[in-house]
Amino acid sequence: MRIAVEVNGERYEREVEPRTLLSDFIRHDLELTGTKVGCEHGVCGACTVQLDGEPVRSCLMLAVQAGGRSLRTIEGLAEDGEHPLQRAFHERHALQCGFCTAGFLMSLEPFVREKPEPSEAQIREALAGNLCRCTGYRGMVEAVGQAAKELGGG
Amino acid sequence: MEGDRRVKPAPFEYAAPRSLEEALGLLGEEAKPLAGGQSLVPLLNFRLARPELLVDINGLSELARIRRGDDGVLRIGALTRQSELERSELVAAEWPLLTQAVRLVGHPQIRNRGTVGGSVAHADPAAEVPVALAALGARFVARSPRGGRTLCAGDLFVGPLMTALEPDELLVEIEVPPVPEEAGCAFVEHARTAGDFAIAGAAAVVVPARHAAIALLGAGPVPVRASDAEGALVAGAEPREAAALAASHIGKGPRRALVAELVRRALEEAAR
Repeated sequence: MRIAVEVNGERYEREVEPRTLLSDFIRHDLELTGTKVGCEHGVCGACTVQLDGEPVRSCLMLAVQAGGRSLRTIEGLAEDGEHPLQRAFHERHALQCGFCTAGFLMSLEPFVREKPEPSEAQIREALAGNLCRCTGYRGMVEAVGQAAKELGGG
Repeated sequence: MEGDRRVKPAPFEYAAPRSLEEALGLLGEEAKPLAGGQSLVPLLNFRLARPELLVDINGLSELARIRRGDDGVLRIGALTRQSELERSELVAAEWPLLTQAVRLVGHPQIRNRGTVGGSVAHADPAAEVPVALAALGARFVARSPRGGRTLCAGDLFVGPLMTALEPDELLVEIEVPPVPEEAGCAFVEHARTAGDFAIAGAAAVVVPARHAAIALLGAGPVPVRASDAEGALVAGAEPREAAALAASHIGKGPRRALVAELVRRALEEAAR
């Protein structure tokens, strides 16, 4: 099937087999390898991207379902890699190996935009949909609080 | 990259019908409807499900509405995203049990895609939404090329991951009657971590001395109504007694204790 999708503001047209997962499409067909693939059954959250602005697991969607829709991947979070969340993750040591980071950032971006002063419990709940095997989450909790404050709900 | 495609699911034909009639015409023994995909796609990825045809119903926007009819009944289109149910002010005001229950489904990333109808039709025994709907006395509207029928929870859920829906039937709408006036409600569950599948849970809708509905999660292969406990509660039993009765059908052990405790909490929260 032929599909057209908008990814990070750019239009792509590709021929895909219906069984191609959106995660594989993004990585192998579009060669946007910032999106990582972990468990491939919707548990780890590493493959999270935004579909029309909402975080979704790209391993639980078919590429053909993204036809006509708008996607945002980690490559589109900020042009210079300097989104307040990215900076906060860096400064607060919220990553080690970095494999899960893109998924965390794409999940958390709407959260820090909408909640200027989240409580630690709210932050932990916002983190719960993604798994990290290195950090123990402490740095992430701080980073999310910092980024939310900086963005000030706007 | 031609010839180097990474694929997980086994091959299938894919159709994205533009109308309900077209979708119904495609369903059958070897076909599977694809809604939010949050349960079906993992099964495809593991090749545990190998349908010949996937009928993607995401284009059927007429199935994605939440509305209250003139009769006061809430009608939830099967394709309504869980996140939309969660955000619905109408539902939060009039059927808060559903708002509480849907917030416990997976994570925001899951609820943005997952559908209310999918939660029901997948019939996972650990799913929250079917349990809340059972407590609310919801009815489930199915359509097929042969016509339509409406089932109650007791008739729809027949086993773990099993419903009474025929292969050519599609769940199209869920009808939720008005909650009795002055009813309190609560949904309580125990899961290992936030967003994980619940080990057990309880939904309660209570009007002191007049109405009690208690549905259990993790107390059997399907959502179970605790009718003995409901009767006892209306007759004046204390939450603790009613809770013990609700769990009395479960074999002796930690699960029975857990269910009893969760029912007690749900009843006390509903009474507040």
